[in-house]
Amino acid sequence: MSRFRNPYRKWKSRVLLSLLGLGALAAVFPLVMILLHLVREGWSALNLAFFTETQKPVGELGGGMAHSILGTLGLVGLASGIGIPLGLASGVYLSEYGGTGQRSGERLAGWVRFALELFSSTPSILIGVFVYGLVVVPMKHFSLLAGALALALILIPLVARTSEELLRLVPGSLREAGLALGIPRWKVILHIVLGSARPAVLASLVLAVARIAGETAPLVFTSFGSPSFVKGITEPTSALPLQIYTYAISPFEEWHRMAWAGALLLVALVLILNAVMRVLSHGLGGGAHE
Amino acid sequence: MSKPQIELETRGLEAYFGDHRALHGISLQAEKFKLLALIGPSGCGKSTFIRCLNRLHEETPGAWAQGEVLLEGEPIYGKGVDPVSIRRKIGMVFQRPNPFPMMSIYENVASGLLLAGVKSRKELDPLVERSLKQAALWDEVKDQLKKPGTRLSGGQQQRLCIARALAVSPPVLLMDEPTSALDPISTARIEELLVELKKSVTVIMVTHNMQQAARISDQTAFFLMGEMVESGATEQIFTNPKDARTEQYITGRFG
Amino acid sequence: MKGDRIFLGALRALSGLSLALLLVFVGLLAHQAWPALRHSGLSFLSSSDWDPGSDGFGALALIYGTVVSSVLALVIAVPVSVAAALCLTEVFSKRVAWLVSFLIEMLAAIPSVVFGLWGIFVLAPFFRSGLQPFLSEKLSFLPLFSGPPLGVGMLTAGVVLAIMITPTLTALSREVFASIPRIQREAALALGATAWETISLSVLKSARSGLATAVILAWGRALGETMAVTMVIGNRPQIQASLFAPAQTLASVLANEYAEASGDLHLSALSAVGLALLLVSLLVHGLSRVLIKRGSAA
Repeated sequence: MSRFRNPYRKWKSRVLLSLLGLGALAAVFPLVMILLHLVREGWSALNLAFFTETQKPVGELGGGMAHSILGTLGLVGLASGIGIPLGLASGVYLSEYGGTGQRSGERLAGWVRFALELFSSTPSILIGVFVYGLVVVPMKHFSLLAGALALALILIPLVARTSEELLRLVPGSLREAGLALGIPRWKVILHIVLGSARPAVLASLVLAVARIAGETAPLVFTSFGSPSFVKGITEPTSALPLQIYTYAISPFEEWHRMAWAGALLLVALVLILNAVMRVLSHGLGGGAHE
Repeated sequence: MSKPQIELETRGLEAYFGDHRALHGISLQAEKFKLLALIGPSGCGKSTFIRCLNRLHEETPGAWAQGEVLLEGEPIYGKGVDPVSIRRKIGMVFQRPNPFPMMSIYENVASGLLLAGVKSRKELDPLVERSLKQAALWDEVKDQLKKPGTRLSGGQQQRLCIARALAVSPPVLLMDEPTSALDPISTARIEELLVELKKSVTVIMVTHNMQQAARISDQTAFFLMGEMVESGATEQIFTNPKDARTEQYITGRFG
Repeated sequence: MKGDRIFLGALRALSGLSLALLLVFVGLLAHQAWPALRHSGLSFLSSSDWDPGSDGFGALALIYGTVVSSVLALVIAVPVSVAAALCLTEVFSKRVAWLVSFLIEMLAAIPSVVFGLWGIFVLAPFFRSGLQPFLSEKLSFLPLFSGPPLGVGMLTAGVVLAIMITPTLTALSREVFASIPRIQREAALALGATAWETISLSVLKSARSGLATAVILAWGRALGETMAVTMVIGNRPQIQASLFAPAQTLASVLANEYAEASGDLHLSALSAVGLALLLVSLLVHGLSRVLIKRGSAA
């Protein structure tokens, strides 16, 4: 059989397979490039001043992004405080009372799922437009609160979807065992179902928070940005990704350097969180759902 | 001979899944401190029946039941009866062992008590020990109570589930084919503990295994296609069944 | 029983909040957009003259920019992603595949603004001084590559978008390929097919509909991208044949102009742009859902 094999086919296979490999390389290449540039341009500007000082007036050298770091912490903290409970509540509701497939669920659940899907396919800049009209206009100025609300609106569908998926993975026999012990249903859901899924849900929350920490578009006209530390939740505030954007499109070289430094910090944070969580959940994936 | 004490009784119990009637008017009595075995071919309604006894049946969407079920003379269905409180008195062990995954052995056994609000170790410790002893598991795990429940072997996990069910001190224990997923040695150990257990707890057990029913039960009921064909003392059912269908099943002509 | 009722009620209320917010969202956006739509009428969609200063609100150039930049991104990303996905499922060993897919997942986690930053300071200069002069020299007969090489513009935006959607597209394609049963590959191999022929015959053919869905989903992602695009597209609402020309998308005009809109009509027009963007995104996502349903029914 092999004596009659056309050598052209074999050669063609080799060439095309190498092309495939090149494609895979091309997919990974940008990551390496971006990381290299981040380190090269940003590392030198990551000094103590970067972490402790705020924006200096235009033209002056020095300064830092302390106000942006703090701003991000505040925004993400508040957004999580609002978004995580709401997202988890929806996730629990959809998983325990919103059956799909064979089990029929409540009608409200179908509509909630629809609304959450719509929100999650909405471009994040439109979330900013929404919160602008809802909060910034009545308040008559930009604020940390508005920014946090916008981020929370992105967080809710994300948390709801992943937590619903994770809770559905908990076997029905565990729920029955809990009920059979004479435990009321709501305690079964909170302690046994959520309890079984706890490690996976926590990991997914960390990833979701890392994701909103990097969002810029929803903040552009809600928290807006500021050159100094935020004074209260009704005041505008800077945020790390937002400040990177502002600095990057400015004409000042000094600010460009800081944009790189800020980007390096942001990417380092996000990548470390993602990497750690994914490695952990590889180990959990076998253990959590038995 | 004194009148036998009836722990649990059903009168005309019918169970439905939507419009489909799965159980037709079952009237059955379980005597106190005895083991009642329910036998019959697959799909004949035995599991549905016991799930009506602890009101687990109605947790399935679209499923419902009607008729009377009396525990020590008191109805467990009806207005104002809380299913949760019924389930504290009628425990259940399932076919596949299902210990709670994120909990230790101790926490698993104590889970029914913990979630009912009992928090103090002083109250929990003796109950956990007693339940594990009743489930013939104490000696094997007494030094590793903090170990996760899922790290035990299959047979041990099932005994853990038995201990868990017993910790809330239910007068009745329902068992749905508890040994069908286990190896013969684990099966034998559980049968041993049941013989001891039935002296203090009324047991109602569904089993696929007729030899098992013959070995450890005091009474037996034969189910077929949603009906209870015959019930009575185990010895009588197996040596001198009244109904022809019972005889056919026992001699292995079907099922 | 009472505890259960309270719990369910709380869950319903908290979950229903999202539904209420959605209604408010769409209603608010439509309400804000109405004055401008009434002012411009159909010309909102047909005119490419976006000139807020003189109350001209034609969004055609924005639609053009959105569509061309996202389609360009797909043209670049699809071959790369499909190739990468095929390598992950068919060619690489388990360990190499784990490493490569890990790296691609990390790429997905990088925030949009960082892509934009890299686009402005690394990609754009490279295009301006390297790639674009090269292309206009060699392929000057194509109007696609005419005009001054500015660095920022449609091409740069398309490339950055392509990099950003590659991880998603790779992951989705990988799922599609992985779901094709082994038996089909084995059948091809048993017939004496080469490695490439096996892939082409047994995997690519059956994956066509799944891949189509993946492409639509990735397209939806590209349509919603704002920051990176704003930073490298040049922010000039215009329709030009050349890929070197600056442009503007529906999303990037919002990022640029919304905070400092000059007057109520401008703001209203921007809300109309937002509405258009929302409709486009929802249509594309809806399309992908339909394709998924059809795929799973088949």
